[in-house]
Amino acid sequence: MSEKKKKLAIIASKADIPGAYPPLILASTAAAMDYEVGIFFTFFGLNMLKKNKLNKLKVTPAGETAMPMPIPQIVGMLPGMTDVATAMMKSWMKGANVAKLQELMDLSIEAGVRLIACQMTMDVMKINRKQLIDECEVGGAAAMLEFASDADITLYI
Amino acid sequence: MSDIKIAKTLDAKHLSCPLPILKTRKAIAEIEIGEFLEVLSTDPGSVADFKAWTNSTGHELADRSIENEIYRYIIKRTK
Repeated sequence: MSEKKKKLAIIASKADIPGAYPPLILASTAAAMDYEVGIFFTFFGLNMLKKNKLNKLKVTPAGETAMPMPIPQIVGMLPGMTDVATAMMKSWMKGANVAKLQELMDLSIEAGVRLIACQMTMDVMKINRKQLIDECEVGGAAAMLEFASDADITLYI
Repeated sequence: MSDIKIAKTLDAKHLSCPLPILKTRKAIAEIEIGEFLEVLSTDPGSVADFKAWTNSTGHELADRSIENEIYRYIIKRTK
């Protein structure tokens, strides 16, 4: 097709399991639909770009009032409950044959999704470039805005 | 549809969104332009997704059917 490619710009600011899936699902799918795609990883979202981190992300039951766990909310605060909730959620996802986060990231990279790590977050959290995957680039607010300025869809997740 | 010859079949049964679409993108690149890819899926959401994907990419959704809760899509690679 000769017309200009559609463009999707995402800001990924979370890296618990429910926060990490939407950016990677939408980015990989948009890239498969021939969109130009960029994700800007900021604050906790930057964890998604750390080496060997994606499949270790967790979900906490505390405050997740819609999570179907057979316990009172307050019990979710106890030590170990985050690991319990994470194991439960992973088993539900495996049962539904949902792709692993790493698989979605690999497919995104292969399809040419641009991954931009927030430099300021790296400074705040004392993360150096070597801790991040090789495929990402480093940038700031101006880099994100320049990419998003002519995007058809812009999402903050 | 008797003149359609399937060049490749992608078994995407029991995979959840968005894997059927992501694997279709890879599979379509493995056939020649003008050839047909068959995709099998059990995801009810795939009906809307394959329509959107072919609309967006320009590949042709030549046929679709459902039998025993298995969705079957025939996609012609156009570019």
